[in-house]
Amino acid sequence: MKYMLLMNYAPAGPGVSEWAADDVKASGAHMGAIHKELAASGELVGAEGLTGPEAAKLVTHDGVGAPVVTDGPFPEAKEFLAGYWLIDVESEERAIEIAARTSAAPGPGGEPTAREIQVRPVMGGPDREM
Amino acid sequence: MTHAGVDVLLRELAPQVVGAVARRFRDVHGAEDAVQEALLVAASRWPDEGLPDDPRGWLITVAARRMNDGLRRETARRRREVTAASSEVNGAAPASDDSLTLLFLCCHPALTPASAIPLTLRAVGGLTTAEIARAFLVPEPTMAQRISRAKQRIREEGARFAMPTRDEWPGRLRSVLHVLYLIFTEGYAASSGARVARSELSAEAIRLTRKLCASLPDDPEVAGLLALMLLNEARRPARTGTDGELVPLAAQDRGLWDTELVAEGVTLVSASLPKGAVGEYQLQAAIAALHDEAATADDTDWPQILALYGLLEQMTGNPIVTLNRAVAAAMVDGPKAGLALLEGLEERLPAHHRLDAVRAHLLEMDGDREAAIANYRTAAGRTTGEAERNYLLTRAARLAPER
Repeated sequence: MKYMLLMNYAPAGPGVSEWAADDVKASGAHMGAIHKELAASGELVGAEGLTGPEAAKLVTHDGVGAPVVTDGPFPEAKEFLAGYWLIDVESEERAIEIAARTSAAPGPGGEPTAREIQVRPVMGGPDREM
Repeated sequence: MTHAGVDVLLRELAPQVVGAVARRFRDVHGAEDAVQEALLVAASRWPDEGLPDDPRGWLITVAARRMNDGLRRETARRRREVTAASSEVNGAAPASDDSLTLLFLCCHPALTPASAIPLTLRAVGGLTTAEIARAFLVPEPTMAQRISRAKQRIREEGARFAMPTRDEWPGRLRSVLHVLYLIFTEGYAASSGARVARSELSAEAIRLTRKLCASLPDDPEVAGLLALMLLNEARRPARTGTDGELVPLAAQDRGLWDTELVAEGVTLVSASLPKGAVGEYQLQAAIAALHDEAATADDTDWPQILALYGLLEQMTGNPIVTLNRAVAAAMVDGPKAGLALLEGLEERLPAHHRLDAVRAHLLEMDGDREAAIANYRTAAGRTTGEAERNYLLTRAARLAPER
């Protein structure tokens, strides 16, 4: 079963750009260890971290005129996607276990950030491609 | 010889060669890697240069040489053993035995199906890691890692390259059949992924099960599994409409069914049932045969199917079988009889889309339009199959009042 784990920015506290260097390092090490383990177990399909709202654009197009491109507004940090993992695992339990570990990644002062992780089963690809 | 011809030949020879090399070197992991390299060399040379006189012997020799090269890099002590072992390679035992032993090893019960499936496809099926990765829609390194973990697990288990003993036989054969069945359904149900890659999985499962059937002609469950696959495969051309949408059994154009596969499946299951040792694959095949033999959906022998699902339910205790029995009961005794069988299944199939879909279908039969719509929609929200979701939403939309 493939699952997408979607991680938003931390619900409270300073953004990662304001963290102490050691805290950023510890967080990176935590995520890196998970990534490495998933790669070694053959469960990792893909993973990416995303830039913050500062570098993001909103695009809408009514299909007629020129597309409208703006710098926002974006939702609050806790609803703004920070990154994702695409995993292929034996069970939903395993997907939840991995999600819990990413949620417990350390933040400022080594305290777990307890970010919300959405665990979403991946819809099977199109049946009509043949 | 053409590239395609060489491909077919190599896939046929691969398990025999892995088996022969593994048996002599007592190292399946190493043998598998060495043979993959030998296959690559052959695939790149034979189409242009032609086949060697003894293709199998050639592959064994090349793979054994690779094994030696690899081992030579280790220690001098190992080197002495290898020289002795490699000199025995050409006196291999019958090839089919080695393939069979390899199949049992790859489907070892210590492995989860998710590990056993790619390992079997690679080592016994001769598919490349890239092909397997494509079929399962994961990156090649992910699949390579999964296969390597599976091999490591087999080593940790201390599993030997030997046929199971008489005591182990039933359990080990059950694992093999289960893995082959899962490979087939992975390609048949197409719960995810492009169909082109998936149908190859079904074809591969059938090919491997045919070979197993040839090796164990007297086992009725092996024949039952092959029959089950063929009887389902026969309907593949009718299962999807022109836009790729799912077509349920009752609405399929039976003229599109592959009559040769149906005939072969029916013959197999008819021959295996009287042998006495009736198992779940034979029962499922018998049910599939009853569907395939009905000239129209209305001609389906539902009372017989209901009885067979009853037996299957007793044998397996599987709640999905109960779901299917509920459908058969509705066809025989009316939708209320089917709905009654669904009572209490929620606990055993929590949030399972098939339960909602069957309930929706039976409610529709019973004329309870609103409840049917609600259940179709719940099922659509729960399935991870895109084609199935579209089918369920279409059913709901068809019942919804005109706006």
